Amino acid sequence: MARTRHPLEAAIESIVRLSGWSAIVFVALISLFLLKEGLPAFGEVPLASLFGTRWYPIEGFYALGPLIWGSLVVTVGAALFAVPLGVGAAMFIAEVAPRWLREVLKPLVEILAGLPSVVLGFLGIVVLVPAIRETLGLATGLTALTGSLLLAGMALPTIVSVAEDALDAVPSAYKIGSLALGASRWQTLWRVTLPAARTGVLTAIMLGVGRAIGETMAVMMVTGNAPVVLFGPHALVSPVRTMTATVAAEMGEVARGSVHYHVLFTVGLVLFVISFVVNVLASIVLLKRRAAAGRMLS
Amino acid sequence: MVIAPGSASAPALEPKIEIENLRVCYGAEPPALDGITLTVPARQITVFFGPAGGGKSTLLRTINRLNDLVDGARTEGRVRLDGEDILGPEVDITRLRRRIGIVFALPVPLPMSIRRNLWYGLELAGERSRRVLDEAMEKALSAAALWDEVKDRLDEPAIALSGGQQQRLCLARVLALEPEVIMLDEPSSGLDPISTAKVEASLQELKQQYTVIIVPSSVQQASRLADWAGFFLQGELVEWASGRELFLAPKDRRTEDYLTGRFG
Ligand SMILES: Nc1ncnc2c1ncn2[C@@H]1O[C@H](COP(=O)(O)OP(=O)(O)OP(=O)(O)O)[C@@H](O)[C@H]1O
Ligand SMILES: [Mg+2]
Repeated sequence: MARTRHPLEAAIESIVRLSGWSAIVFVALISLFLLKEGLPAFGEVPLASLFGTRWYPIEGFYALGPLIWGSLVVTVGAALFAVPLGVGAAMFIAEVAPRWLREVLKPLVEILAGLPSVVLGFLGIVVLVPAIRETLGLATGLTALTGSLLLAGMALPTIVSVAEDALDAVPSAYKIGSLALGASRWQTLWRVTLPAARTGVLTAIMLGVGRAIGETMAVMMVTGNAPVVLFGPHALVSPVRTMTATVAAEMGEVARGSVHYHVLFTVGLVLFVISFVVNVLASIVLLKRRAAAGRMLS
Repeated sequence: MVIAPGSASAPALEPKIEIENLRVCYGAEPPALDGITLTVPARQITVFFGPAGGGKSTLLRTINRLNDLVDGARTEGRVRLDGEDILGPEVDITRLRRRIGIVFALPVPLPMSIRRNLWYGLELAGERSRRVLDEAMEKALSAAALWDEVKDRLDEPAIALSGGQQQRLCLARVLALEPEVIMLDEPSSGLDPISTAKVEASLQELKQQYTVIIVPSSVQQASRLADWAGFFLQGELVEWASGRELFLAPKDRRTEDYLTGRFG
């Protein structure tokens, strides 16, 4: 049946369409710009330097490895702390805590999620850095571990809040069905509720860790800014420098168009590619899960 | 205590569940059950029926302590299983729920495969051998008249089954635990007549071995199945007798009105 379209409806539709397309165009422009400024570095800097082990721009050493390594150590460290703690806290709030405690904790966590990272950076410098130096007996408290802990603190509220919503949305019929078969509360939580909420819990983890990967300020303030690669058990308690911190610290001082400038864009490019890949992988995982769930419900 | 007041015809029946002066309240509302006294005999089909809100589901949930989960539910009186109190705080609720299984009105398979649904209770009870688990699964699915329909798709998600199949799956899941008592709350509310007939036929089989308590979906089903029957009206047990007596010659006027459809 043909229907005459209201002019307002048509206008709204074109605005929505425009917003959608402009998002795509912006992403395309950003990647083009990154490529234009970042790719020349591969011609200007010898590959041996780019893939070396020293980042020392004044003397022409531009190794990307130590920066990537720094980001990796700090992020993986943060995930190791934040994921179990965050999911555990979400399970506690959703399934164990009495109602009144739950009603206090939930908004509290949501406020924490909105805390600006510079504030956390201050806390890190004033409290965490000396605490780490003293308890571990280190020369300096500015280490990868400090950065990881701080980032974990930043990722935690997001993980807790989103995962708690997911756990809470699991139909109570599943829980009662499980309890009626002689499962304990804990067994029900572990074997039924958590698996049923896994898509939401995974989303929570990705959002939380995603925030950690992109974080700059707080990390720059507490990790010591040493672009070195250290393997082994000492890696966590030594100073490192992440990609984001490098760009933030050095971008203001380089001459536009210089080699150093181009390499910084290459660093940005690497970050962009990494987060792109992580996002694509995440969507594939989530889409697969959703397709399976859709099949189950139809 | 006598099993059915005034029934001399009863052979010596072994009491399975003895309920004495049971009263259940939700919050400040009038009690959902009050002054309930009856004895469920072993290896018989006992039927609880009556109009909506009479407290039938509440009684089932009280018997296997699922009402513990309801905020503000208070229970007074006594319920004994094989002579042992099951309402006390020191009762092992997990074990109790394995001995008294329940199938709900709305069947909810757990969000996992058919096989895992069947294994679930047994695995929790500590069974690890795959052979034992699979044997128990086949036996339970056959007893619930579902085996032929699912034997080729055991590893598919249970939620993909039809409503009637899901109901029988939930029955099978309980049977796999080999409980002593099986309670079914309106097991054919979502079933077509053929599935209903299948479930009813398997119940007749099951009572050789198990004590069956059922809240039927209709008076017809109640009279078809009942060895013993209780008529519940607004929290009161109006009449409790053998199925034959209660459906053919009800003593209470209210029971008769309900059975003949002259109610309300
Ligand atoms: N979880 C609950 N919280 C509060 N009140 C409840 C709860 N469950 C049942 N009730 C109340 O208890 C009374 C008995 O309910 P119950 O579900 O036991 O009746 P029923 O006989 O099973 O009814 P139906 O035939 O509709 O299933 C009703 O008045 C109901 O409102
Ligand atoms: Mg009911």
